[in-house]
Amino acid sequence: MEQKIKEVLILSGKGGTGKTSIVGSFAHLADNKILVDCDVDASDLHLLLSPRPTETHDFKSGVKARVEADKCSGCGMCAELCQFDSIVMEETAVISAFKCEGCGVCAHFCPDEAIVLEENHCGSWYIADTAYGPLVHAQLFAGEENSGKLVSHIKKQARQLAESTNTNLILIDGAPGIGCPVIASLSNVDLVVVVTEPTLSGKHDLDRILDLTEHFKTPALVCINKWDLHPEMSDIIEASCKERGADLLGRIPFDPKVIACQIQGVPVTASDTSLAGYSIRDIWKKLKEKL
Amino acid sequence: MQIAVGSGKGGTGKTTISTSLVLSAGTDVQYLDCDVEEPNGHIFLKPELTFSETIVVTVPKLDESRCTACGKCRDICAYNAIAQFGKTVMIFPEMCHSCLGCFRVCEEDALIEDTREIGLLESGMAGPIHFVHGRVRIGEAMGVPLLKAVKQKAEPGKLTIIDAPPGTSCSFVESINDADYVILVTEPTPFGLHDLKLAVTVLKNFNIPGGVIINRSDLGDDGVLRYCESENIPVLLEIPFQRAIAEGYARGINLVETVPELRTIFSDMLTQIAFEVTK
Repeated sequence: MEQKIKEVLILSGKGGTGKTSIVGSFAHLADNKILVDCDVDASDLHLLLSPRPTETHDFKSGVKARVEADKCSGCGMCAELCQFDSIVMEETAVISAFKCEGCGVCAHFCPDEAIVLEENHCGSWYIADTAYGPLVHAQLFAGEENSGKLVSHIKKQARQLAESTNTNLILIDGAPGIGCPVIASLSNVDLVVVVTEPTLSGKHDLDRILDLTEHFKTPALVCINKWDLHPEMSDIIEASCKERGADLLGRIPFDPKVIACQIQGVPVTASDTSLAGYSIRDIWKKLKEKL
Repeated sequence: MQIAVGSGKGGTGKTTISTSLVLSAGTDVQYLDCDVEEPNGHIFLKPELTFSETIVVTVPKLDESRCTACGKCRDICAYNAIAQFGKTVMIFPEMCHSCLGCFRVCEEDALIEDTREIGLLESGMAGPIHFVHGRVRIGEAMGVPLLKAVKQKAEPGKLTIIDAPPGTSCSFVESINDADYVILVTEPTPFGLHDLKLAVTVLKNFNIPGGVIINRSDLGDDGVLRYCESENIPVLLEIPFQRAIAEGYARGINLVETVPELRTIFSDMLTQIAFEVTK
């Protein structure tokens, strides 16, 4: 019988709590899996895994409006219709590509047929080999707005790859925040691991991300990174997680080795002497049981 | 003058730096927290929030009695928010970008203006500081309309410090695109450097001057410094790791309260930036 593919997503709400370092370590520890980096606007996982790209693709999504100046009579109707303040009138209409959301209303109503809608090339995505298995990752071009679509796209690719290679685990590095790319990354996920830190900001953002996983009815577990920077706050976070039914997977101590390993470009669990590495091994063992 | 504080990578210290700047700026200053997904500025500035407003966007709702299922609204919608199966039209308001195209093409007046809640805008005072932030509704994917509302709530004539969200996608760009100067906060690690480079690309595209602050400057390597030197980007400040700073941060105590000497450094930084922006 075919085994069901499990998707594990690492999130944090707050940025910089250690998602990518932990996913890099899980990549090192897990057998037979596909890795995905869903932080498509500031992706860093590849820096730990030295990927060798096997496929590179353009990502195109939506359209952008462009004025053909020689046809434009300067009537201003498009600027009036645009809800995104992306058109200003000079001698002709001028459209800001950044502000344009590609709705096409301007082109539809332009009496001069002077506006064309052009396919929007907004990023690239890659399949790569790493020492720990295949990695699907992407780079959205700066300032683009289709992060959710690119996330959905690379997740679909990863799933196809998992099916065709009989792999039953997909490990996903998520984006910070609770918005578009995070919501897109949550679809089909079996289990979320939230990485937090013992600070008021960490706790505030943890509460918001747990609200989100509850909203989408996805089970979530929590680990506290750099817990010893504020043991009291770690206890408060642990208690509050318990209260809302999110189990604690474990605590990871503050360990400068994490940065040393990042500089070497290797997962911290590859170091034999890292305390953080030991804790992540424990966390991985527990997580494996939960799966 | 408007100064935005961004980073590329999350968790490098944007909120620490932006709240330190407003606390060092004297009066006539305001703080706009544009990280509407995970706003944290209120933890450090502890404002008294006296104003709140639910921010909504316009979405269509179907009046079935008038709809003739002509398909025009479905055809103009670029976001798949309107689907039609046979004679049945269905609207998915959470997919809607509020371009209003469907209302304009409907000849039967069969679409009624409805609203979708994006989140909550709140403002008030933190001592002499005018404070504004937004909190996006849980499950809402489009934070930009709320972010725009936060920016519109700014009072004219004040020094404005914008705390931008992490990343370099649309919400980051929306936070910085009116700024006179952008401070990028980073850490001296490969992740910090990689994401700093992305943020610098955005500043170059928009032709906004900027400088870098290196946080936890002794936990890493010299990659960021070398990069800034080669790109001619000024390094405004390096803040070494101190357990006292980290512990203060954990409890919601601002950097300039833990290390009061930094107040002068930040207020001088503001003067220097003002000089640079106006020259």
